Amino acid sequence: MAATNILKIDNLAFERNDTLLFEPVSLQLNSGEALHIEGANGAGKTTFFQILINLLEPSAGSIFFRGQTFSKCRYDYLSDILFIGHQSGVKATLSVEENLRWMSPDNTSAEKIALALQSVGLEHYANMPCYRLSAGQHRRVALARLVTTTASLWYLDEPFAALDKQGVAFIEGCMQQHLNSGGAMVFSSHQDLVKIEARSYRLQSYREVM
Amino acid sequence: MNLHLQWTWFHRLGSPRWFYQKTQRWLPWLSFIMLSLLVAGLVWGLAYAPPDAKQGNSFRIIYVHVPASVVALAGYYLMAIAGAVGLIWRIKLSYMLMRSAAPIGAALTFIALVTGAIWGKPTWGAYWVWDARITSMLILLFLYIGVMALRHTYSSHEAADKASAILGLVGMVNVPIIYKSVDWWQTLHQPATIKFTGAPSMHPDMFMPLVVMIVGFYAFYAVSLILFTRAEILRREYRASWVKQLVTDKLAEK
Amino acid sequence: MYNYLSGGFSAYLYRDLLLGIRNKTDLVKPLIFFLLISALVPLAIAPEAERLAQLAPGIIWILAVLATLLSVERLFSDDLQDGSLEQMLLSPNMLILPILGKIAAHWLMIGLPLTLLSPLIGIWFSLPVVAVIPMILSLALGTAVLSLIGAVGAALTLPRQGGVLLALLVMPLYMPVLIFGSATIQSAVDGLDWTAPLAILAAFLAIAIALCPLAINAGLRLAKNG
Repeated sequence: MAATNILKIDNLAFERNDTLLFEPVSLQLNSGEALHIEGANGAGKTTFFQILINLLEPSAGSIFFRGQTFSKCRYDYLSDILFIGHQSGVKATLSVEENLRWMSPDNTSAEKIALALQSVGLEHYANMPCYRLSAGQHRRVALARLVTTTASLWYLDEPFAALDKQGVAFIEGCMQQHLNSGGAMVFSSHQDLVKIEARSYRLQSYREVM
Repeated sequence: MNLHLQWTWFHRLGSPRWFYQKTQRWLPWLSFIMLSLLVAGLVWGLAYAPPDAKQGNSFRIIYVHVPASVVALAGYYLMAIAGAVGLIWRIKLSYMLMRSAAPIGAALTFIALVTGAIWGKPTWGAYWVWDARITSMLILLFLYIGVMALRHTYSSHEAADKASAILGLVGMVNVPIIYKSVDWWQTLHQPATIKFTGAPSMHPDMFMPLVVMIVGFYAFYAVSLILFTRAEILRREYRASWVKQLVTDKLAEK
Repeated sequence: MYNYLSGGFSAYLYRDLLLGIRNKTDLVKPLIFFLLISALVPLAIAPEAERLAQLAPGIIWILAVLATLLSVERLFSDDLQDGSLEQMLLSPNMLILPILGKIAAHWLMIGLPLTLLSPLIGIWFSLPVVAVIPMILSLALGTAVLSLIGAVGAALTLPRQGGVLLALLVMPLYMPVLIFGSATIQSAVDGLDWTAPLAILAAFLAIAIALCPLAINAGLRLAKNG
């Protein structure tokens, strides 16, 4: 399978209070590839993700998805990405299963939901409201989306936070499977991943040139 | 070619530096026009215009009250339009204008309210009457303060600019509705209060100084807006080399 | 259960109603506020039926405004905190429908109960019977406008969560609704034609449905940048 270009970023820059947050970013991502975004705290990793998912508008530069400019393929792009950020998006008063259904694509079968819950070890909690779960379990509810999603481009901002070894192994498994089936992903993590082969890109905080 | 020229002009106009340098030359002229209009209008209105048949000399406060109200209202539209231009064309200068317009407009609205209250005492026998225009002015003051206060919600001024612009636009749609509603509410509740008749029924001797004062207030508004915006430009562009150059030049002069 | 990806109007309407029903206390708070303050009014003014009836249209509307304002603050802030706002903004569909869905849920949980409770307040304040139907109609239309405008303020003040600033932004915009809402009831009390102010309220609702979601959409996108 020839690798196709999924994402291309050209001189992407973001200004906050008239200062660039990081050195302009240029990079490419092909299918089957993973990209590890590194950077010190405050280098703008979270902001970078928010630009990628179109929550923030870049001050300069452009993003191409499958060779098309972003404005031309907004719908296709947004339908084909999965984003899991610091906040899980899990509603405390909804049950585990209701939350997962809400966050999964249309027509996800009941079997698939059950499978997803089983793989994150929450199969016995399906009907429990999420406010009764621990922080790690909360996180697992959101991460169960990795099983149900059909998106080909994943954005995972610190997916390993608040997880035990088992949880980390689960995500690594999902990521590997996604890459093997031709998906692509961008993720950030403070932990070193041994198992996933990923290119890394270091966000440099912007330094003023006098 | 023509289009190209227009675009360069457009972008130069959008450049804070261009604005700063151009207005340096405009300011003395504008200030001169403003001062002469205000002095002429005040002397004419306060000393030479005939006293009002019913209100005597107390009516003369309209030479401050009316221009302040007129310019305060127009200022809201200017602020909202500047915000819209910023949102659509992403021109930083226009956000700076919007930000500068808010406190000036709020101050003028406040002046209009205070002079209205002072005028109300001899006319109605009370400092505050829920007259349609005064009520509308009060709401306008709240709208201005809202735009000013909203900035502090955001830590990045790019977001603050956009939020204020959105609020300004929402307000712009609402201002006519608010004015009409208050007018209607007024006629519903107080059908027979003293109506301040508009310009046509005023005697030209009274009316002309008012026109001079209104134009003078517009000039005052322009001068203050330019001064505020210049300060805003320096505050935001302090990293730019031309601002640094400007500061070293100023220091060298001393 | 719906999902956020293809989720439009009904998905968000359904979800927010479900959340509201599970969090009953949040639902009931504005209503209790509405009732409690109404009970204070006669104590603060006078128990005379005539005077109360005179003040009733205004007081009922002021209380409706305050109750809406009190509740609209949380419209987006919970979603911001748990991250579901982020996911909503990621939806490939137009955001206008989810936004309207959330506001419709808010109205069903706040505006509609207030409207249904209002005859009780009417009885407390000795409001003439002829004014009851106009009151219900004006509240039904007017509280929907209040929810829409309030949502604009809630979206814009999201990074610092509303409070006094929300009231400052929204109150001037509420003025026309307050004027025509209480005028509808007042006209009915005075035996005048009350359909005219009611029709204007309906016009406000049409304008608000068309324009408010645009401003809310733009405002919500700034919240993350706060």
